[in-house]
Amino acid sequence: MEVGPRIIFSIGSVNFTETVIFGWIISIIILIFAFCATRNMQRVPKGAQLLGELLVGFMYKMVKDTMGEIGEKFTPYMGTLIVFLGFGSMLGLLELRPITADLNCTGPLALISFIMIHYNSIRARGFIGYNKHMASPYLWMWPLNLMSECMFPITLACRIFGNIFAGVIVMTLVYSGLETASHALGSPIPFFQIGFPLPLNFWFDMFEPILQAYIFTMLTMVFIATGRTVDED
Amino acid sequence: MTGFTGAELIAAMSSLGAGIAMVAMIGVGIGIGFNAGKTVESTARQPEAQGTLLKLMLIGVALTETAGIFALVIAIMLLFANPLMP
Repeated sequence: MEVGPRIIFSIGSVNFTETVIFGWIISIIILIFAFCATRNMQRVPKGAQLLGELLVGFMYKMVKDTMGEIGEKFTPYMGTLIVFLGFGSMLGLLELRPITADLNCTGPLALISFIMIHYNSIRARGFIGYNKHMASPYLWMWPLNLMSECMFPITLACRIFGNIFAGVIVMTLVYSGLETASHALGSPIPFFQIGFPLPLNFWFDMFEPILQAYIFTMLTMVFIATGRTVDED
Repeated sequence: MTGFTGAELIAAMSSLGAGIAMVAMIGVGIGIGFNAGKTVESTARQPEAQGTLLKLMLIGVALTETAGIFALVIAIMLLFANPLMP
């Protein structure tokens, strides 16, 4: 069973895998949608503009509910994250390999979140306050706190990777099992694959991606918000 | 006693290890069930707080799930990207 992403082409020693190519395609599709939705805007929205306004309004409300007033300037990043991760994980619907079933995709995104959390924490608390918080409740806790902070991007990347990759494995097993079952009945066409895997498709390719993208975004928001709180004492 | 090579032994033991690693899911299942049960309890007590409770539950479930996901990653590594395999 082939589990890694296939290499589409390579220039020199740089390999361009399915993850990279599909990531580009998704980015371009989102860009084209954003471009089309914002041309020729009407006062009463319809079509693409309506969809875009719904999404943007939903994101602004969600980020504001979670992070408070300060969240407004983080909304573009969070919206990009949830749309990219959501569509990237839903590629299984098109019989393609989801891009988030690759640690090379989720790792850098988690690293960006990690850097954002600590940059904003230092900016809001000041360098002294940041170190004071890291050394709380005792000074010798500083390295332990650092370790627990460094676990955050690893868990964030592994969570979405593990969920989506487990879904890919289960779907591959189910499809090959149904193919074998229909061949065993003497049919050259794998007719069992019609309709039977639909509930699994719904779960692994629609529900899980939305949930995981939501959780990724939500955890980033929560940790940025808690990192910005200044201790009273 | 028939002979077997070192690679075969490593493959067999890795498969066993992958199965044993997934035992960690027991704890995750108990944890998530407890989480969801408490959320239902709270929602029954205070139905107007349902939206907030759902959000908190999802975050809690995600954090609980982490241990199980690590076990899953280790199992996947043992099966498909085994570092011990010669």
